[in-house]
Amino acid sequence: MSNYSLTHLEELEAEAIYVIREVYAQFDNPAILFSGGKDSIVVAHLARKAFWPAKIPFPFVHIDTGHNFPETMAFRNQLIKDLGVQLVVGSVQESIDEGAVAEETGINASRNALQTTTLLDTIERNNFDACMGGARRDEEKARAKERFFSHRDDFGQWDPKNQRPELWNLFNGKKRMGENFRVFPISNWTEMDVWQYILQENIAIPELYFAKERNVIWRHGSWLPMSEFITLREGDEPQMKMVRFRTLGDITITGGQESDADTLEKIVQEVASSRQTERGNREDDKRSESAMEDRKRQGYF
Amino acid sequence: MENTFDTNSYLNMELLRFTTAGSVDDGKSTLIGRLLYDSKSIFEDQVAQIEATSTKRGLDHVDLSLFTDGLKDEREQGITIDVAYRYFATPKRKFIIADTPGHVQYTRNMVTGASTANLALILVDARKGVIEQTKRHTFIASLLQIPHVFVCINKMDLVDYSQEAYDRVVKEYTDFAAKLNVQDVRFIPMSALHGDNVVTRSEHMTWYEGGTLLHNLETVHISADYNLRDCRFPVQTVIRPHTDEYHDFRGYAGRVAGGIFKKGDKVVALPSGLESKISGIHTLTGELEEAFPPMSVTITLEDDIDISRGDMLVRSENRPEAQQDLDVMLCWLNATPPRPRAKYVLKQTTADARAMITEITYKMDINTLHRLEEDKDIKMNDIARVKIRSTKPIFADEYNQNRVTGSLILVDETTNETVAAGMIR
Ligand SMILES: Nc1nc2c(ncn2[C@@H]2O[C@H](COP(=O)(O)OP(=O)(O)OP(=O)(O)O)[C@@H](O)[C@H]2O)c(=O)[nH]1
Ligand SMILES: [Mg+2]
Repeated sequence: MSNYSLTHLEELEAEAIYVIREVYAQFDNPAILFSGGKDSIVVAHLARKAFWPAKIPFPFVHIDTGHNFPETMAFRNQLIKDLGVQLVVGSVQESIDEGAVAEETGINASRNALQTTTLLDTIERNNFDACMGGARRDEEKARAKERFFSHRDDFGQWDPKNQRPELWNLFNGKKRMGENFRVFPISNWTEMDVWQYILQENIAIPELYFAKERNVIWRHGSWLPMSEFITLREGDEPQMKMVRFRTLGDITITGGQESDADTLEKIVQEVASSRQTERGNREDDKRSESAMEDRKRQGYF
Repeated sequence: MENTFDTNSYLNMELLRFTTAGSVDDGKSTLIGRLLYDSKSIFEDQVAQIEATSTKRGLDHVDLSLFTDGLKDEREQGITIDVAYRYFATPKRKFIIADTPGHVQYTRNMVTGASTANLALILVDARKGVIEQTKRHTFIASLLQIPHVFVCINKMDLVDYSQEAYDRVVKEYTDFAAKLNVQDVRFIPMSALHGDNVVTRSEHMTWYEGGTLLHNLETVHISADYNLRDCRFPVQTVIRPHTDEYHDFRGYAGRVAGGIFKKGDKVVALPSGLESKISGIHTLTGELEEAFPPMSVTITLEDDIDISRGDMLVRSENRPEAQQDLDVMLCWLNATPPRPRAKYVLKQTTADARAMITEITYKMDINTLHRLEEDKDIKMNDIARVKIRSTKPIFADEYNQNRVTGSLILVDETTNETVAAGMIR
């Protein structure tokens, strides 16, 4: 390589910063969707780089299912404080209380599907015209089809058969009143890129990503963390296991895997030899073959 | 996905972005599936999912196109509708793949996938040879200045792996491509379905002496795709921290589109023409001595001059042409044809202007590459040479000099849709 070329991670970083700055320049009221997971932490880090020495000029939006890992919440609050940004919480519990959605019932009940309504409400109430998220195209087959600038109609819906062409790096953020965009600055990153970047930049992440003895039960092929939201069934046996989480979502559906990776270096090694996708342990994606596409069509990010 | 993973070599890998192209059903998605599958880049749960779907469909083999055809409609119809992006790495390189649709109706999605690629795999069905869609995609690839084209002559299993069939397609393609400007063209006979010459050498085509597709992808020399000669820095936004520590900081944020900017360099801001010197190139992790494409940085100047989004920093002795009448090769991407004297928003680098198509010079006949000077009726997927008048000067380079400053899109003012992609001549 010549002196004037970037490594692939540097190139991905430059691309993401460019996208984040385009969002700032093209929209009136953009926000960052912040879940507390590694991907949104990386987006936050990139946003900091994009505007330094100024502060990140966007509020962070957390769609709170009410079923959180306590560690994620503590981490979120600390990061918000350190960055000096505003936090906007959209609460699924409130949507339920207001009657906008009904809680699922049954043994596999989860609040994941309800998030979409709360997200759309939060966008509407705050007049956000662009929401940046940490979704990546390598995560899931419907995500593999996303544009960087994903246009949503005034119901927040994605129309995968009629996406705007996206040429070169010329992003078209034009829209009518009520419509909005979802923007994915790390579209082209893989799970491995994210971990390598976290390692390279020494980015702080919740300790849930590191292997530790945790109280868990075995469900649907992965270790679900014990929490007050879990209904135990006949034969469910909570036990202590060395477990880490590859993704962080709603605590009731995010399964962990047995692991001894307790450092970033070991996580990178583990990801490199992994034979399963990271979302393989997410109950929300297992519901049907097109679960993600269906949710995205409805307005999920 | 080796067991011992070398972080250092991963961090130092080169990135190659490539796209698929070719007519519907020529096997593009199957090829990408095969490439990922045979290079062990697919996870077990993904394989299990695809196997289950294939069985449900009553197939006796695993349908590899399902790895990229991720939308419900695509799976039901067995065609690709929109680009799918897939990623894989070998110990040698990191790849970003755009698997694009072959159907003429979705050409705009093919253009989307191809616009950021530096290599195109053009698939040809060995039985059918070079057909109109092969030509259209080859022409688009050449317009987009994709420097490498690998012609994958596919479905060789259906022509008994015959060398004559292969030679015939090579000749047809060479005759057509001779009229175009494509630098590096290679031909590979293969069967995406059975895996011949994709990752492993074919036992059925011992007459073929070249390497497998993967070998070619790993070794093709990716010349720097960026222009390092002409300094171009389109300003995205201005950074004013308003803090005590950085009270007077006024930085211009952007991505270098060409050339090498160094601290201390004399620069000119366009359109104002005001001159200053670079006082610093800033990033969160510290100041840099120089910045080059495609880096995202923040530049400060010694003098306080008025610069905002859409302006461009360049060197005074090397300026892009300020053009209000642009000569453009245009791909029309929308079902609604261009309306005479209609206004569009023209987007080029970070600049927006209102614009109008003032003249259609000629339309291209994709099959013959003839210029149709009489037929000026532009429809979706047509390619035409046009004149565009913009309400303000655009700082442009020729597309063949700089893919960033030489490209533009037109956005319809009423629907907000991106209706055309243009390459400045
Ligand atoms: N016999 C044979 N069939 C093949 C080969 N490659 C692909 N096919 C078949 O050709 C059909 C179309 O394959 P796809 O991969 O979907 O084609 P495509 O080029 O991606 O099509 P679009 O994306 O819709 O343009 C499928 O039935 C494949 O199984 C091959 O090498 N040999
Ligand atoms: Mg296809």
